[in-house]
Amino acid sequence: MRYAETGYYLEIDLATGNIEKVETDPKLMEQHLGGLGTDVKLFWDRVPPEVKAFDPENILVFSAGLLCGTPAWGTNRTICSTISPQTNLLAYPMMGGFWAPELKFAGYDKVILRNKAPQLVYIWIHNDKVEIRDATHLKGKGAVETQELIRQELNEPDAQVAAIGLAGENRVFFASIEQSRSSASRLGSGAVMGDKNVKAIAVRGTKDVNIARGEEFMQHMEELKKFVLHRNENPLKGIEMVIHSGVGSPQAMRHVDEQWHTTGFSWGNARVRRKNFWTEEIYDNWSKSHWSAVKRFISCFNCPQQCGTLISFQDVPRYMMKCFSKLSYLLACQTENMDFTWRILHKAFEYGVDSFTTPQVLAFAVELYEAGIFTEADFKGCPKDNEGRFFWLLDKVAHRDGIGDYLADGIYWAARRIGKGAEAFDHNTIKKHEQMVVKLAMLDPIYFLMYTTNEKLSVTQMEGNFPQTAKGTPELKEMWVRDWIQAPNEKIKEYFMGWNPRGEGSNPYYPTPQMSSEIVDWMEMLHNIDDAIGLCAGMGSFCYKPAYHVHNYHKFISAATGMDLDKDSLKKIVNRNRNLHRAYHNMRGITRKDEKPPEDHWRHRFPELEEELLTTYYKYKGWNYDGIPTKERLHELDLDYVAEELIKRGILKDGEDEKNS
Amino acid sequence: MAKMKKIVKTITVDADRCNGCRACEVACSAFHATPKYSIVNPARSRIKVITYRLDDIFFPIFAGAYTKAGCEGRDSYIIDGKEYRECDFCRASCPTRNRFTDPDSGLPLRCDMCESDPPLEKPKCVEVCINDVLIYEEREEEVEEGEPIESIEIGVKALVDKHGLNEVIETVERVQLSKKA
Ligand code: SF4
Ligand code: SF4
Ligand code: SF4
Repeated sequence: MRYAETGYYLEIDLATGNIEKVETDPKLMEQHLGGLGTDVKLFWDRVPPEVKAFDPENILVFSAGLLCGTPAWGTNRTICSTISPQTNLLAYPMMGGFWAPELKFAGYDKVILRNKAPQLVYIWIHNDKVEIRDATHLKGKGAVETQELIRQELNEPDAQVAAIGLAGENRVFFASIEQSRSSASRLGSGAVMGDKNVKAIAVRGTKDVNIARGEEFMQHMEELKKFVLHRNENPLKGIEMVIHSGVGSPQAMRHVDEQWHTTGFSWGNARVRRKNFWTEEIYDNWSKSHWSAVKRFISCFNCPQQCGTLISFQDVPRYMMKCFSKLSYLLACQTENMDFTWRILHKAFEYGVDSFTTPQVLAFAVELYEAGIFTEADFKGCPKDNEGRFFWLLDKVAHRDGIGDYLADGIYWAARRIGKGAEAFDHNTIKKHEQMVVKLAMLDPIYFLMYTTNEKLSVTQMEGNFPQTAKGTPELKEMWVRDWIQAPNEKIKEYFMGWNPRGEGSNPYYPTPQMSSEIVDWMEMLHNIDDAIGLCAGMGSFCYKPAYHVHNYHKFISAATGMDLDKDSLKKIVNRNRNLHRAYHNMRGITRKDEKPPEDHWRHRFPELEEELLTTYYKYKGWNYDGIPTKERLHELDLDYVAEELIKRGILKDGEDEKNS
Repeated sequence: MAKMKKIVKTITVDADRCNGCRACEVACSAFHATPKYSIVNPARSRIKVITYRLDDIFFPIFAGAYTKAGCEGRDSYIIDGKEYRECDFCRASCPTRNRFTDPDSGLPLRCDMCESDPPLEKPKCVEVCINDVLIYEEREEEVEEGEPIESIEIGVKALVDKHGLNEVIETVERVQLSKKA
């Protein structure tokens, strides 16, 4: 009997149509848990570093986290792992919603797609019955619309469907995979799905997920529920933004007050801050628009926190809202009109594109036009107003029509293909990927490390438990620390207590490189746990004072799987996953030279300190000067085979560890 | 005939508040697993959340009575401009489809209000739904003594008609055994 996991992968060769249900080695769970952890192992074993995103040998893996389908609230993430067309690295965008648990109930932990289908198809998984079905009639259909069409076609209202839109079909490098109230958006997993000629995967399952020690598991759930109820009744006080005061994903649709984002984030192509933007008048206008669009708050599978929203705005066909999408197009377009958001999001979700990258790409195009790099001929037929331009450009991108064909490769590649000085307008990418539009004055050492070093490549998805800003008074600090049960140890609390907004103990020299390394290491570990067990980051890693933390994760995992993990053994497993991922990226060329934020990321930069931050962090992680795990570190994590491969390829020099570290 | 007091348990569903999370399905199936909480499988749950998300249909229903044969289900509903079949919202365990039928044994599932010994404070689905969609109430009602017996008799007669006396006796014995175990 297998517990928590099903013990089966569904392997599909799209070229031959061969479908196999393959039993997995139970040791994999002990070594890597599941979800992202076992995905990384698959890529290490099967996809050599020479393989590019659109090669048939690239695989696209739809993974359910280890705890998906158990009674643990918020464990519903589908991890879509593949080689990204944008970065040529192993990307793993994730989505909430309902798909992963349904896959578990159908009897599988992962669906692995390899090669390419000869024509557009969709896959229908109904327990043991798996079919590859013709999807040519769905060509060009919206990603939201397609989900409904497939449910009708199958006459299965309970099927959960993950689908791509036109952008995915056209291999737009930032195409998303959309599913119910969520999407796997970043880094182009939708483009790989389109390249493989797969329009959608529908799944329906009616089988069991087994829990090893059910009574014990439910006792942990009882405690967790009490905590969530308590947090729902007592939102955090004294934090920068109200949307982060609860547990769950940021409650962007519960609150109209967006002073923090609109005045702190940059508008346009990550250019201008509008410190005086937020006024009573804006608040009133946005309130009207906002509440006229909200139809119902909705949740992901088995989670009470209802962070999603059904949007029903005027004549716009309905769709479901996700997180920060509410502001990303609006800021990039430099409009104050909230109605614009509801309209453009419908289009964007149907095309199936990432809400972080896309608005920046469109704003970048507008800048190139204003700078004369894109010509009148390039923009022929484009409306003159900002909002009109955005709709027009979005159509171009999704169709890869005209200049849209450049833009569809994302800012980094577009700038290089366009030339004529366009590279200078690429000022917000790290490792070729568009980052959050935050350009601040003073270097923040914690954020410096998170931005530059993580394998996830997207800061919003690795920041989390440690406050984003220092507290100004001893009272505020004490208030924070008093019930901070999620802190991993007393040291982290002390670091926080010593941190001041200005003067002594402030950025950039405080937290010190050593402290910053410890803080970042802890926060990354939380993400690695969430991504392996399929937990929503809003309930764990990307949340202030969340429901799940280092002191209870191992209890849930142990009771569900029957493994007896404690804090340390859990930490070792996710460290193994992270180092394996790191080594895989090293094989794909990533080293210290790539771990750099753009020049203008902070106004005040400190080159020596930044070098010291990297060196200290690498050392703390057990990596050499170049950011490659040392032989010793890999040995500790039972990854000798990885060390051997790195040495064989000349990436790690045997005996060099001591010299460099 | 003498009167006796009986506890009547009801759950009111405030469907306007439902967020479609299906935590109730998870909780119900785990509670009814043997051993308790050893399995999660929403297909075995006695509550089901009918969802058509874009159409704003979020509608929890409880497994109702078993019917031998499907009704014609010819009627339809129009809600918010969209047409639904009568069957879409029906709570019967009915042979024309899989809803409220145990996926392995094919036996009908029925909400038993989480009847257990000792009794729970609240049914499991109610307990897990912290957004107050499922509102549980117990109230005392006076009923004619003897009436329940009578209704059981009618039920047993119907079973005997359908399956024969032996079948029914054997089943009762089996149930008794499994209860002891
Ligand atoms: S916290 Fe919000 S986003 Fe996360 S699983 Fe729950 S409903 Fe989904
Ligand atoms: S638990 Fe409550 S909110 Fe969630 S689906 Fe069930 S009834 Fe609706
Ligand atoms: S009352 Fe109990 S048996 Fe009935 S649906 Fe709710 S959890 Fe299931």
